Amino acid sequence: MSPATLDSKVPTGVPLADAWTRHKFDLPLVNPSNRRKFTVLVVGTGLAGSSAAASLAEMGYNVKAFCIQDSPRRAHSIAAQGGINAAKNYKSDGDSVHRLFYDTVKGGDYRAREHNVHRLAEASVSIIDQCVAQGVPFAREYGGLLDNRSFGGAQVSRTFYARGQTGQQLLLGAYGALNRQISAGRVEMKTRCEMVDVVNVDGVARGIITRDLQTGEFERHAGDAVLLCTGGYGNVFYLSTNAKACNVTAAWRAHKRGAYFANPCYTQIHPTCIPVSGHYQSKLTLMSESLRNDGRVWVPKTQGDTRSPEQIPDADRDYYLERRYPSFGNLVPRDVASRNAKAVCDDGKGVGSTGLAVFLDFRDAIQRDGRDTIAAKYGNLFQMYERITGEDPYSVPMRIFPAVHYTMGGLWVDYNLQSNLPGLFVLGEANFSDHGANRLGASALMQGLADGYFVVPATITSHLAGASMQAVSTSDDAFAEAEAASRDRFQKLLSVRGSRSVDQFHRELGQICWDKCGMARNQAGLTSALSEIRALREAYWQDVNVLGDGASLNQNLEHAGRVADFMEFAELMVGDALHREESCGGHFREEYQTEEGEAQRNDEAFTYAAAWEHKGDGQSHELHKESLTFDNVKLTTRSYK
Amino acid sequence: MGSSSTETKMMRLNVEIWRQAGPSDGGGFESYKVEASPDMSFLEMLDVLNEKLMADGREGIAFDHDCREGICGMCSLVINGQPHGPENETTTCQLHMRNYKDGDSITIEPFRATAFPIVKDLVIDRSAFDRILQAGGYISVNTGAAPDAHAVQVPKVQADLAMDAAACIGCGACVAACPNAAAMLFTAAKVSQLALLPQGQAERSSRAIAMVDQMDKEGFGACTNHYECMAACPKGITVENIARMNRDHLRASFTSRD
Ligand SMILES: Cc1cc2nc3c(=O)[nH]c(=O)nc-3n(C[C@H](O)[C@H](O)[C@H](O)COP(=O)(O)OP(=O)(O)OC[C@H]3O[C@@H](n4cnc5c(N)ncnc54)[C@H](O)[C@@H]3O)c2cc1C
Ligand code: FES
Repeated sequence: MSPATLDSKVPTGVPLADAWTRHKFDLPLVNPSNRRKFTVLVVGTGLAGSSAAASLAEMGYNVKAFCIQDSPRRAHSIAAQGGINAAKNYKSDGDSVHRLFYDTVKGGDYRAREHNVHRLAEASVSIIDQCVAQGVPFAREYGGLLDNRSFGGAQVSRTFYARGQTGQQLLLGAYGALNRQISAGRVEMKTRCEMVDVVNVDGVARGIITRDLQTGEFERHAGDAVLLCTGGYGNVFYLSTNAKACNVTAAWRAHKRGAYFANPCYTQIHPTCIPVSGHYQSKLTLMSESLRNDGRVWVPKTQGDTRSPEQIPDADRDYYLERRYPSFGNLVPRDVASRNAKAVCDDGKGVGSTGLAVFLDFRDAIQRDGRDTIAAKYGNLFQMYERITGEDPYSVPMRIFPAVHYTMGGLWVDYNLQSNLPGLFVLGEANFSDHGANRLGASALMQGLADGYFVVPATITSHLAGASMQAVSTSDDAFAEAEAASRDRFQKLLSVRGSRSVDQFHRELGQICWDKCGMARNQAGLTSALSEIRALREAYWQDVNVLGDGASLNQNLEHAGRVADFMEFAELMVGDALHREESCGGHFREEYQTEEGEAQRNDEAFTYAAAWEHKGDGQSHELHKESLTFDNVKLTTRSYK
Repeated sequence: MGSSSTETKMMRLNVEIWRQAGPSDGGGFESYKVEASPDMSFLEMLDVLNEKLMADGREGIAFDHDCREGICGMCSLVINGQPHGPENETTTCQLHMRNYKDGDSITIEPFRATAFPIVKDLVIDRSAFDRILQAGGYISVNTGAAPDAHAVQVPKVQADLAMDAAACIGCGACVAACPNAAAMLFTAAKVSQLALLPQGQAERSSRAIAMVDQMDKEGFGACTNHYECMAACPKGITVENIARMNRDHLRASFTSRD
């Protein structure tokens, strides 16, 4: 089979700033009275899915939506704390759509598609309008106008926030819009319902297979388009800041049915998380990045210094970020801060019982500004820290360590957010589209809502208004085959009855990925990870212990199915990291660094998105490249010295 | 990792846990012994117990959880008689074992209410909450139809009060704590949030009526001012919201045109 070419479908011959408007004009329309004839299946109802389902239903489409949790309001999006970016320039500090576009392309280390990023920056403005109209209680100034803050090292204040619960409030807004359509009968919502396969008819995505998590029943759903809004795959590392149910299953099942998976090795490690405290650790908690505005990061200068931190005088402390990056200091971007923490710990200078932590110290800030000022800014975070660790950060420095946080990779999509598999659209963290090799803070919420409120409702017509759609029935062979395959997989998991738990396997997989495909990667490590993952996967199907049956709620079986997919996906992630012989953004290959130890891109050879095609179990993936061109920004080396 | 200090402080606990195979099963308590470290979260203690049960060939205890950081509202355990356990403004998933000591006994049950049927073990069905919100817990504005966000100013005090109400995570602890299993605090939090904002005024009356009607239909009890809901709320939602909803509801009932 000749490799399909990857056509990004970006508008040509139009200046970047006019491209989206022009594209929308060029897209075909579906007559309002015809929309109800189309059924759209929306899988996942976090920010991306809820906003898409609600908007499409408002327009008149027939929508069926699905999520794993008992309510759309509980999607992982709910946990986002910091804020959402928008180029409103309400502070008159020089922000603009172009600046947000520019910052995002640069922040992504020049591995994102210019046109998508520009559209994202344009849509950001309308997102805030929409959310305010829905009753999202954003923070306000005394005059009643919206407040903004600067976030993640941005030089302008463009981040809108709702206390420390921005994701919650945005999701509740989108969930409200979704509820309105549910009550109007235009959305049928299925909760505690997991998509386990995509169904293709004549090479077009026409349906899905789901498993009802309460009854164990498999169901077939047919439609005219399938939207995957199923979030990121950070939990392949087992420990991450993601919610426990986050998974790669929906994306991976679609991948095995033909959708290309792009840039899986681009994963983001957040520098300020609460470190692991013991082998029972089940997830990691993020401490807001804003803490680095006032906290100073350090480790003892000498290895094995066991004095308590207050007793270590300044002369014996290494404020390594301030030392190495005098101009950005503690505010260097996430990837740089994370890598440096790892380096000092590798050097034996890590602190705490595990040696895998660094100090984030507020002593000087408290002396300078007073305890009350610091409490007003960070009180809730300090309280959260104390609740988890039992230590008081006002008197003892916090211990922090990097943790997996976000995944930039995902299913490949074109400018319409359609994957190479016709009829399959991918939104939010599940796609690869806008963040390149590194995501800027407060940009994921923006992307999820841009995709769902503004992009897909416009671009879905490229598929629906196109060729006349044959009616499909869930009794077609393709549905029967996919359902049978899904039943078999779950039955197989139940029949192994081995000696090791799903969690044990998941932890082992996570450890391999973290050690060898985490903050720093190299050829030898990645190569050995590949064989370790294969061996572990084999062991999984021989020795996993899944109890109970498939006919009622069985959380262990749910987890087992997700881990089975992570086991396959991990190999692709590692393979992608091995193939990308350069360092960029969150992907740091130790062989490719500057003399000063910074990431070294290879623009000549790697300015492309790597989209991998599944060729069958046990076969190697085929690489398709979408070359990236930069006509509106100049490629530079990021420097934070 | 984690081998040193933590394991030396391990404590032995006796736990009594509600087990129920399915919605129609009678259910009952079972006792287990589990070792926990003070640094564990409460749910990690249950993870450890589940691993042990499964290694012995017994099915793990089903319980809801997801974010494990106090925001998704999935976790929903009654611990020694208290929804979400002993700590103030703390969800089950944020509770840590350092609140307990060697030899303690802990009883764990699901949130109980007629309107929250048990699905399995500690997992309940809270879809009644979704239906209350579907009845009117939103502002009707289609995508793309919104004016500029600065078109209407919102005084900071109002915005802050709206945010206080909006902080509800929909866990249902208020219902579990109420002797009448009322859902007033939950419903009032949403009614209040939207009533406090200028954007929510157009539907203010119809919203209050529709949501309260739905709440009654779902089989939640009546509020007799015990305020147990407020004490149990992990997000500090106050009963002032209930007063606000009652006022709106009363006014709406008088002026309703139907
Ligand atoms: C702790 C934390 C803090 C963050 N803070 C910020 C921030 O301040 N600003 C920012 O911009 N970003 C932040 N992010 C990132 C951001 O929250 C996420 O990237 C974003 O919310 C993802 O939204 P989504 O809609 O794509 O997916 P999700 O919210 O993850 O939703 C996925 C949906 O898919 C469903 N689903 C998954 N698999 C299946 C399946 N197989 N079948 C059916 N349904 C399925 C789930 O039930 C859920 O409804 C943060 C992330 C974390 C972890
Ligand atoms: S698990 Fe999310 S609030 Fe407890």
